[in-house]
Amino acid sequence: MSDLFTHVGYGHFLALSAVLFTIGVAGVLLRRNILIIMMSIELMLNAANLTILTFARMHGDLSGHSFALIVIAVAAAEVAVGLAIVVALFRGRRHVDVDRITMLKH
Amino acid sequence: MPDTAPQFLGLPLFAWVILLPLVGAFVNLVLGRWLSRQTVHVVAVGVVVAAFAIALCAIFFPSGDWSLLYKFKHRTDEASPEVVAHLFSWIQVGTPNDSWFLNIGMDFRLDTLSSVMVLIITGVGSLIHLYSTGYMSDEKRYSAYFGYLNLFTGSMLILVLAANMPVMFIGWEGVGLCSFLLIGFWFENPDYATAGRKAFVVNRIGDFAFLLGMFLLWYVLNHGQSLAPGLDFADLRSDAAQHVYTMKDGFFGTDRWATIIGILLFIGACGKSAQIPLYVWLPDAMAGPTPVSALIHAATMVTAGVYMVCRLGFLFAASTTAMMVVATIGTATALIAAFYAFAQTDMKKVLAYSTVSQLGFMFAAAGTGNWVAAIFHLGTHAFFKAGLFLGAGSVMHGMAGSGDITKMGGLKKHMPITRATFLIYCLAIAGFPLLSGFFSKDEILGGLWALGHWGHHPEGWPDWYGNFLWITLLIAALGTAVYMWRLYFLVFEGEERSETAEHAHESPWTMWVPLAVLALLAAFAGVIGLPHLTGTKLPWFTHALSSWLAPSIDEATELALHNSDNATYELMGVASLVGIAGIGIAWWLYGRGPSKKVETWTAEGHLLHEPYIASKNKLWVDELYDLVIVRPFRAVARGLFEIVDRFIIDTVFVGGWAFLVGILSRISRWVQNGQVQRYIVGIVIGAAAIFFFASRGHHAGIAYREIPQGVELKADPGAGLSGVGVKYRWDVDNDGQWDKKPDAAADDTSDAAYIDTPTRLVRRGDIGSEVTLWIIPKSGGKGETVTEAIVFAPSEGSK
Repeated sequence: MSDLFTHVGYGHFLALSAVLFTIGVAGVLLRRNILIIMMSIELMLNAANLTILTFARMHGDLSGHSFALIVIAVAAAEVAVGLAIVVALFRGRRHVDVDRITMLKH
Repeated sequence: MPDTAPQFLGLPLFAWVILLPLVGAFVNLVLGRWLSRQTVHVVAVGVVVAAFAIALCAIFFPSGDWSLLYKFKHRTDEASPEVVAHLFSWIQVGTPNDSWFLNIGMDFRLDTLSSVMVLIITGVGSLIHLYSTGYMSDEKRYSAYFGYLNLFTGSMLILVLAANMPVMFIGWEGVGLCSFLLIGFWFENPDYATAGRKAFVVNRIGDFAFLLGMFLLWYVLNHGQSLAPGLDFADLRSDAAQHVYTMKDGFFGTDRWATIIGILLFIGACGKSAQIPLYVWLPDAMAGPTPVSALIHAATMVTAGVYMVCRLGFLFAASTTAMMVVATIGTATALIAAFYAFAQTDMKKVLAYSTVSQLGFMFAAAGTGNWVAAIFHLGTHAFFKAGLFLGAGSVMHGMAGSGDITKMGGLKKHMPITRATFLIYCLAIAGFPLLSGFFSKDEILGGLWALGHWGHHPEGWPDWYGNFLWITLLIAALGTAVYMWRLYFLVFEGEERSETAEHAHESPWTMWVPLAVLALLAAFAGVIGLPHLTGTKLPWFTHALSSWLAPSIDEATELALHNSDNATYELMGVASLVGIAGIGIAWWLYGRGPSKKVETWTAEGHLLHEPYIASKNKLWVDELYDLVIVRPFRAVARGLFEIVDRFIIDTVFVGGWAFLVGILSRISRWVQNGQVQRYIVGIVIGAAAIFFFASRGHHAGIAYREIPQGVELKADPGAGLSGVGVKYRWDVDNDGQWDKKPDAAADDTSDAAYIDTPTRLVRRGDIGSEVTLWIIPKSGGKGETVTEAIVFAPSEGSK
């Protein structure tokens, strides 16, 4: 039991990553503000990155690191596009509430 | 004899008579919309005229040894004059050695009988095509009209040139189709469309009987033997086949095969040639354009039945019953249709009933074995009746499309050429002496007379029957003269009875030239079939038709159809008297326009009132059909529609599926509500479920397989330990100790001393009955212990 607090191992990384991912999912599911949702998505992506890196280290395999780098690049691109859309939406509507953005629904 | 007949593109010359109109039909129907009117009618008229020219060449070409005429002149018993074209093998089932052999070739044969028909079809057809260019000049669907007309000509030529019955049936159906298309050509008028449908349906009834007759004929000739595997007319005519016709039929056992087959085929002929009881479509068929009536419903298609009966004359001659049926139906039709014609006020309706009546004359001849007379009358009728229809078309053209004879009168002043030609046709059809109709009708009547008077008649044929038919037909002939001249007087003589009639005008040359040519033919075509008078020396051409037809048509030997010279003169006298009397009666009644006398006689309560009403209503046969056939049929159809279509298909199937889909979509609509968050909830729950179920129950284990060197063991850490660094400890020999590496010391218990691999290769002898594996996480904690019993497959040979 004492091991859990004195010795930081792979299990701790994985647990942190699971917690981060769950927070991200909860954020996406529960919040209505697009900015918060995008932040939550970022959180999930980084949780996934952390998992990938943990396993990479566990197996002593570098390919996990390159994966994580690609994920970071894609996440940056996604945020750039997403924020642009958010700005455009905000200019037109003065709000970014996903429940009220239903143009494509009908 | 080597066939030296000229060929074109690998086909004998006469095959192009058929193909050319079909090519024309293709051009006009498929490419017509891109062609100018001029191109359309040049193509349409051109192909038929070319077909006529080729037919003339193939039949009469004077030099060389390949024309039909040459073969006719040099005919022997073995080589009958004919030209055969085998295009390809159409349907073949079995081989000649099988018990059943069907072998139908796409064969065509030009012989003397079909040559007569070909000349009529292409000759009269050319004139009518030419006439159509004038008559239909304002038509919107110009190319479609000529396409259909060409297609009809091609189909009709297939019908008459076919060398066997199935190929004949192609033409038979083809002309029916074209008839339907052309009757309903102005289908914007629902009545015209109905008329087309009626013609088609009534014809289908006949066609069905024709098919049955054809099947039965094939069955009779091909069970146990192979007499006519393709129903080729030459095979059907062979002595062996003719013997079969006279055998007792296998269905009722009361009469000959020829009776059943003959009557079935004759029902087909009744449909096509408008005989009782299937004549009802022909008067309605006048809905079509007038040149169509002239070509299809007077000159050619409706004579297909007569042609078929004459072509199969040997079959009919084998059965007295069949012959009597044909003769009786023909005579009855001749009389009744003539009766109908009296009270009609539409020009084309009069001509339609006249056609039905004249076809009855032909069947009366065919039914007494007088094939030559039937074909002779077919030919002369084609000329004068086509002429009459074209004349009627010309009158209607001048009368702004109206065919109502009560509105005409006095047209001789306005349409001199039409009137002059119409006069000749009316004389011809009335049987005025020395015109074509006189001779052909006289041959028919003379044949009937001979049948009754000279004791020559087939077995079972009552003595009085020939006389009875003769008298009946004579009355019909009198009627013909009266109603035709009533028509003539009401149209052309007297005073104009309407504004339109006063302003009537002569038709363009494209219309009157065919009228004039047909008038010449109607007047003089009779010379090819003068009666046989032994006491005079008539030149050869006066009997040209009967000698020309002799090789193709079996003169029914039991039926001597020739009278003595005196009797012939007397009969001609009687026929002339009847014709002239008929014209006289018509002149007496209608010579100065509509008759006051007739009006009084037919008024309510007078002598002729009932017959007049009966004639006007055509004996209520249409109403009878409506009551007996059409209404019950409609009721059944409506019942099927309500139960099968409305309920089973529409409600249960179509509606049922829609209902099911509606329910399902209601559910999915609740799920798919456009809220992305709700979708993500689904995704998350789904992903969690997949992970849960995928890893559940997946415990650690050992997989093994036998290989030649021994056994390969493979550790599977299971879901709990996968991805975690583990140590493996094996106990392969089942001694309760972890296996050590071979070079390790016995007391060494460090990690390095034990075998630590996920896969192991063990010799068979080193392995115990069980293998145990420990999987221990490197980070400490509880591991897994697995024990697996090793069972070797029963191996082949060495163990």
